[in-house]
Amino acid sequence: MSYATEKLTEEKVFKDPVHRYIHVKDRLIWDLIGTKEFQRLRRIKQLGTTFLTFHGAEHSRFNHSLGVYEIVRRIVDDVFKGRPEWNDDDRLLTLCAALLHDLGHGPFSHSFEKVFGLDHENFTKKIILSNTEVNNVLRRVSDDFPKKVEEIIAKTSKNKLVISLISSQIDADRMDYLQRDAYFTGVSYGHFDMERILRVMRPREDQVVIKQSGMHAVEDYIMSRYQMYWQVYFHPVTRSAEVILTKILHRAKALYEASYQFKQAPAHFYSLFKGEITVDDYIHLDESIVLYYFQMWQWEEDEILSDLAQRFLDRHLFKYVEFDPAKEYKKLSELSILFLKAGIDPEYYLVVDSSSDLPYDFYRPGEEEERLPIHLLSKNGEVRELSRESSIVDAISGKRRTDHKLYYPANLLHDEGPHKEIKKQIRKLLDLE
Amino acid sequence: MLKDHAKIIHAIAASDEIVGRKKLQKMIYIAKKINYPFHEKFAFHFYGPYSEELTLRIEELCNMGFLNEIKEKKGGYYQYRYTLTESGTEFLELNEVNMPHLKDCLVDMNEQSARFLELVSTVLYFEELPKEEVKEKIFTLKSKQRYTEEEINQAYHYIDALNTKAAILS
Repeated sequence: MSYATEKLTEEKVFKDPVHRYIHVKDRLIWDLIGTKEFQRLRRIKQLGTTFLTFHGAEHSRFNHSLGVYEIVRRIVDDVFKGRPEWNDDDRLLTLCAALLHDLGHGPFSHSFEKVFGLDHENFTKKIILSNTEVNNVLRRVSDDFPKKVEEIIAKTSKNKLVISLISSQIDADRMDYLQRDAYFTGVSYGHFDMERILRVMRPREDQVVIKQSGMHAVEDYIMSRYQMYWQVYFHPVTRSAEVILTKILHRAKALYEASYQFKQAPAHFYSLFKGEITVDDYIHLDESIVLYYFQMWQWEEDEILSDLAQRFLDRHLFKYVEFDPAKEYKKLSELSILFLKAGIDPEYYLVVDSSSDLPYDFYRPGEEEERLPIHLLSKNGEVRELSRESSIVDAISGKRRTDHKLYYPANLLHDEGPHKEIKKQIRKLLDLE
Repeated sequence: MLKDHAKIIHAIAASDEIVGRKKLQKMIYIAKKINYPFHEKFAFHFYGPYSEELTLRIEELCNMGFLNEIKEKKGGYYQYRYTLTESGTEFLELNEVNMPHLKDCLVDMNEQSARFLELVSTVLYFEELPKEEVKEKIFTLKSKQRYTEEEINQAYHYIDALNTKAAILS
């Protein structure tokens, strides 16, 4: 028996609050879960700073990755198996890509990517292709298997059907994170009838399509997604924590570049600061390491770093006001000047943050759009784009919602010190009085 | 603060006008790959590297009234023409962007076809692979575009020329 087809003597199951059980029968999948690069995902939270708003949101990327694997396993083993359009030789490739799709995520990915110019997709690729435990396991299938898995995750494979299972407007990734994030945050928005959607998925040459009879379940899924983005993912308090986290990293980097002597040398950050981070450095960076430095930095001499680290750890976050960049960018310049006069560095303490979401969009023939639409399959075999059939989806198609907020440290604007008058002007401009 | 917005406005101002969303995407991607500090994140899509963040930023800048977007019917399809508005010029004056000689590179790219820039950006996306593998990728993933070997070689030469231009000028 080859490694690719080897089964465990007894099926393993993981208890899971979202899917009840996650089933593993393949030796390859079991071995991948056991690698240190995959185990590292236990130490990276799925929702970054969201736990500061929704205290239950402590779940990890490990949970989510297993969840995506389980959804894909159900699709390929229970729904697609035996269908002429599905090639069962792609089964393991699909399962591995599902399991490993987030492998390159680092701690607080969004902020780290922004400050240090990183790209988690690039690290996923590097971890799969370089000399790692994951690579060693994948190579036991064949020498080119790691590359095939990486190409599915990077969407550069010619196998569009498998790509669409992992990454499209209705994919296993989204179906897992919406339900999982709803469960752990405790909100009631992210629920939809996934069982129904899975039952009506059908493989086609270029993508997964949905039987027309499943349209209402898909409508529900799109609405759930819309609600989750605005109620959870873009929550203004979570964004405030993320703004502070980003500014801590900016400050630490700026201090390093200015040859500042840290009390506790941030050894784990040096390669990041220099822009020379290796796969090995990256794998060793997890949230416990980052939070350890934040603990240390609250005792630093540098007032900005120390203040920001304390704010993050003690949850003394920035407050916010609504901000319209088109009408208020001049006001922003005025505020920057006043902040400087008041001795508050606007680079770290006056931040515009924007969130934006497009719940669903479709490719209109002849337009230069690049989003793969959801297609419905009618009884006569015709395939039609979702928004042409669903008036609910049509109503929100292509409609982007954007929200801008201006974040500031409220406690620094209310003292009776030497800058009392300037601070009063700032409060007035921010409409705080 | 709004620096990333200012950089995109600066790029469009430097190009005078950009016709086509695909062209705009590819120009910014190529500029980013030759080390100009654009922070929009790109992933591989139908037409090669594509950035959802950039699409969003352009939409925002149009909504803010800093960019002018004109939808034009051209043959069987629509295309979009982007220019700066007066407010955009004013915004840029208040938010100076320092990207030395980006203009020369963008003007050069703007003279190329969107089809060719799609090829150049795809070559850059796979730049870590050996040339033969890049060719294979292009023939497989971009089979509908029917790029020839000669065009792929031209793309490589073009990247060298752009890099030289950016290096000499900066």
